[in-house]
Amino acid sequence: MEIGIVELSRLQFAMTAMYHFLFVPLTLGLSIIVAIMETVYVMTGRPIWRQMTKFWGTLFGINFVLGVATGITMEFQFGMNWSYYSHYVGDIFGAPLAIEGLMAFFLEATFVGLFFFGWDKLSKVQHLVVAWLVAIGSNFSALWILIANGWMQNPVGAEFNPMTMRMEMTSFFEVMFNEVAQAKFVHTVSAGYVTAAVFVLGVSAWYLLQNRHVDLARRSIAVAASFGLASALSVVVLGDESGYSATHSQKMKLAAIEAMWETEPAPAPFTVFGFPDQAARETHYAVHIPFAMGLIGTRSLDTQIPGIAELVAQAGDRIRSGLVAYDALMDVRALREATPAETRATFDAHAGDLGFAFLLKKYVDDPRDATEAQIALAAGDTVPTVWPLFWAFRVMVALGFAFIATMAYFFWRASFCGMRFPRPALWLAVAMIPAPWIAAEMGWFVAEFGRQPWTVDGVLPTAMSVSHLSVTELALTLAGFVAFYTVLFVIEMALMLKFIRKGPYLDVAETESWRAARRDRLAPSAIATPAE
Amino acid sequence: MILHELMSYELLRLIWWVLLGVLLIGFALTDGFDMGVGALLPFVAGSDVERRVVINTVGPVWEGNQVWFILGGGAIFAAWPPLYAVSFSGFYLAMFLVLAALIVRPVAFKYRSKREGAAWRARWDWALFVSGAAPALLFGVAVGNVMQGAPFRLTDDLHSIYEGGALWKLLALLDPFSLLAGAVSLALLTMHGAAWLTLKLEDGAVRDRARAYGSTAALVAVGGYLLAGLWLAIGIDGYRLVGAVVTDGPSNPLHSEVARGASWLVAYAERPWIAVAPAMGVAGALLTFRGLRAGREVTTLLASKMAILGVIASVGLTMFPFILPSSIDPRSSLTVWDSSSSHLTLFVMLVSTAIFLPLILLYTAWVYRVLWGKVTERDVVDNGHALY
Repeated sequence: MEIGIVELSRLQFAMTAMYHFLFVPLTLGLSIIVAIMETVYVMTGRPIWRQMTKFWGTLFGINFVLGVATGITMEFQFGMNWSYYSHYVGDIFGAPLAIEGLMAFFLEATFVGLFFFGWDKLSKVQHLVVAWLVAIGSNFSALWILIANGWMQNPVGAEFNPMTMRMEMTSFFEVMFNEVAQAKFVHTVSAGYVTAAVFVLGVSAWYLLQNRHVDLARRSIAVAASFGLASALSVVVLGDESGYSATHSQKMKLAAIEAMWETEPAPAPFTVFGFPDQAARETHYAVHIPFAMGLIGTRSLDTQIPGIAELVAQAGDRIRSGLVAYDALMDVRALREATPAETRATFDAHAGDLGFAFLLKKYVDDPRDATEAQIALAAGDTVPTVWPLFWAFRVMVALGFAFIATMAYFFWRASFCGMRFPRPALWLAVAMIPAPWIAAEMGWFVAEFGRQPWTVDGVLPTAMSVSHLSVTELALTLAGFVAFYTVLFVIEMALMLKFIRKGPYLDVAETESWRAARRDRLAPSAIATPAE
Repeated sequence: MILHELMSYELLRLIWWVLLGVLLIGFALTDGFDMGVGALLPFVAGSDVERRVVINTVGPVWEGNQVWFILGGGAIFAAWPPLYAVSFSGFYLAMFLVLAALIVRPVAFKYRSKREGAAWRARWDWALFVSGAAPALLFGVAVGNVMQGAPFRLTDDLHSIYEGGALWKLLALLDPFSLLAGAVSLALLTMHGAAWLTLKLEDGAVRDRARAYGSTAALVAVGGYLLAGLWLAIGIDGYRLVGAVVTDGPSNPLHSEVARGASWLVAYAERPWIAVAPAMGVAGALLTFRGLRAGREVTTLLASKMAILGVIASVGLTMFPFILPSSIDPRSSLTVWDSSSSHLTLFVMLVSTAIFLPLILLYTAWVYRVLWGKVTERDVVDNGHALY
């Protein structure tokens, strides 16, 4: 296998996935915020809430379409660039993707058209239901995608079948209720809600700074701050839950994020700051908080978290065990039904480590020919590059706490200070708009880069997962995607800014007639006793 | 979990082969008219208002329609992983072109009327045309290639390897038979788009042009389809399984023997009832031709659907049990019996489909009912800011 193919495939996947995730979080959150606004409209009948729904709905639409368009790439890229991966785990991984289409994507895509085109064709309540169906569809979509992704992080409910040379599902329920997937799902959608809340807050703050659309902006801030505060708290809590589940499912990722080179006595300290040095296996200028890591990772005082050195030694053992499985597999594959029972038993006993034997394919064609030195190299490969993980994680966490503080502040001002906001705070809200995107991209980076060298943790190495393509083909599509996505991004940003600058479409006649009707109803005495 | 053993592996594979067809047909019937409308756009509509009317006939529904395609991809991944792995990586650059078209199309719909300016809109109109016509053509080309077999082989550990360099792999797809299949596909979807426009537009110049182009396309589709059938009969070898056929064995294509020889059309001698499919295809297209000429609405669209259903079904039924034969190593060919997911996965997917597909059909029908009625120039002029 040419090495360039693996690197180019990874680059392409990273680029298209991170690009896709520029649009997804806003879709997840804004769909709900818009539905909340429309709910208020239907309950109160105040036209301003309808205008808010339409205004934020327009921005939602511009963003949504690129989320959809770039999502198509993701669905097809597995087969195009990762065909061995697709063959090897499609039996498990394909199911949540297909169910996502059936259950979620159909729902949101079918109703999103009606959301924009159905204002005059539906009753108020019908239209509200449509808005909620779009929101629910988007969020269910995230659920199934994260079940698929969670399985790559923690491959439960599946086993290897030597007859078909692939992993096959043994329990759909284990795949669906994978603890990693469930924690990731809530963490990810909450991050989407925070993204939308920060976006709505920032844009509204900008209007207030310019003294435009004040009614709409204040109400939008009230919605964004309360929704955003709850979501920001949820992101951090569920992020902690992810950390806890990583303690048993992805020990290496956790150790790398913490730059924990050696196993520390329990409860381990948490490194807040430092400069990880992979070659020397130490962290320079490290600042520790005693006990914190042990408490977060194990929720106990006496459970040890293994460090990188210990995990590498374990990987070496698993490679040797995997070689036994590999050797037996060659016999099972050749003899099929005629395989002696003891060979089959040997294979079954070591099948869980088969993936570790594949790590040697980078060094030798037949892993059974590997030398001890090559085994040591392959075991060392199980450590991802530490410093980017270390830093990406810390940036994400710091931003997470910044969101809680911001949202709490605006919630307090909105609830108890008569919706009056100091100008510096408004400027801060505007400046904060890009922050949730940075946090979200960092989060994905930690999740995916931290899984290396595996596509499916402990099961299938990344280097083996690719398609048999030429560098030319990959370079052509990569160039195509870069060019294409850059153009689309520029257009999208320009349209977003255009519609933000333009502001909401205010139907003055509608508002006036509503006010008139309400005045009559609220003050009947005004009619009963005409002014002299 | 033993629930899945209630249905035999063989039956589940057969059901999923049918469902694969259902998804492809669902895609062609719904997104098909969107693509047809895109392909017709520059020919039937001249002024900006005319174009906006045409675009808005599919405006509220294309997004849901396109999900059929995405679901098709997902379902192939879940139910036929070897097919997903082999075909998507093998038809690599062609897939990229389809992907590019399907990325541009949503954006073109959504952004076209978000700005004034003739140049801006003309560019998106061009994008709508290409992203409608190109996939319509390429899907047919793909079918043509599948029927002749693709140049791939599977290694012992089931890596799939395609022959040829990057560009050759793309250009080799464009052989005469496949181009003919592409032309039939493009003609069918153009006809379908015209039938949709006939239903959604008021009487007038645009509708008349759509009817004229559509009826021509219907004739081209019938002619091309019959020609392709003749070609299959005399010029192209089919594939068949050799020896005992195991229908419930492990999904490993290398476990079966395949020979290349007699024409695909011997299937019609073995299973004469499958002739229903091509008959529906031809009759449907001819009825669409007459309907478009006469300006009938609902029945024309139904006839057009019948034509598409017949044509796609005829391909599947003719090739059964083959899904993707290999031209350079017939043993690697993918069939219904050796390239599915596991017994359990097929069952889980069937249960999900049985729950959600009827729901999808129900709410999609409701959405179409809400949107029922003509799209007029007045709508576009009066309600400009809310429409595309």
